Amino acid sequence: MKIICNGEERTITPGSKVCDLLRELALDSEAVVVECDGAILKRPEYDTHLLADGSVLELIRFVGGG
Amino acid sequence: MLTIAGKTFGSRLFGGTGKFASPEVMRDALAASGTEMVTVALRRVDLADPADDIMQVLDRARYQLLPNTSGARDAREAIRLAHLARAAGSTEWLKLEVTPDPRTLLPDPVETLAATEELVKEGFIVLPYMNADPILALRLQDVGAAAVMPLGAPIGTNQGIVTAFQVRIIIEQARVPVVVDAGLGAPSHAAQAMEMGADAVLVNTAIAVAGDPVRMARAFAMAVEAGREAYESGLGEARVEADASSPHAGLDFLR
Repeated sequence: MKIICNGEERTITPGSKVCDLLRELALDSEAVVVECDGAILKRPEYDTHLLADGSVLELIRFVGGG
Repeated sequence: MLTIAGKTFGSRLFGGTGKFASPEVMRDALAASGTEMVTVALRRVDLADPADDIMQVLDRARYQLLPNTSGARDAREAIRLAHLARAAGSTEWLKLEVTPDPRTLLPDPVETLAATEELVKEGFIVLPYMNADPILALRLQDVGAAAVMPLGAPIGTNQGIVTAFQVRIIIEQARVPVVVDAGLGAPSHAAQAMEMGADAVLVNTAIAVAGDPVRMARAFAMAVEAGREAYESGLGEARVEADASSPHAGLDFLR
């Protein structure tokens, strides 16, 4: 199953949730905001939101800026 | 004390977090600046470097986070970034930036006004980065901006307050705090803004890229304090003719 994550295609195991992807990417869920198919997920949803084939994800975080 | 949207700030210097050589230098410079409000930007996670996270060194208890919408070219993009900022930072505070032209990074007044109006309705505390346009400042205030942030000069140019004439009018007319943002390249520029009666200044580049950012942060802190102190003390007016500091009387013995 394929998704687009931050502009790049990734293959994931069917049945993966957002939290599984974050774990695989070694990302702290507290530090990342997830937009899935245009909708921003709430943090508790990371543990329940199932990724679908073709899902488009944006993983966003704070960086230095003025 | 400076109060914005009901929150008081002990320091009138707001800090940016961009362009620092390392997160540790940023942390130390922010501490030296005495700031209580810091801006951050939002970007895609670099999947090649997932551990790169500035929030690990930013003490949320010490700083009011002011996420910006830098990179937005129109109101729609800025609003999307604002929603992401709220989700990422659990804060309604927002520095609204809409800059369609990458060469000048000058803010789009029409899109900035539209986005401010929409985001205020959604409950955001909006501090719009704006051209130093007194009429625009009033319009932004009217739609609910919590403060206005006129530019001294374009972002990162270190030119100082080239917009002094307009900034003076903005300060004179504003009912919300005025934060001079962008272009302040030296502590003297910050002091000038404060002497003019600005409520605060936002400095990033001049501190971040200094030879010693920690000492430069301290220099800006002192300048902001000096400028504010001078403003509150009441500055004398500039005049053409001399006005002797020593007494006229008591010179009879010379004549």
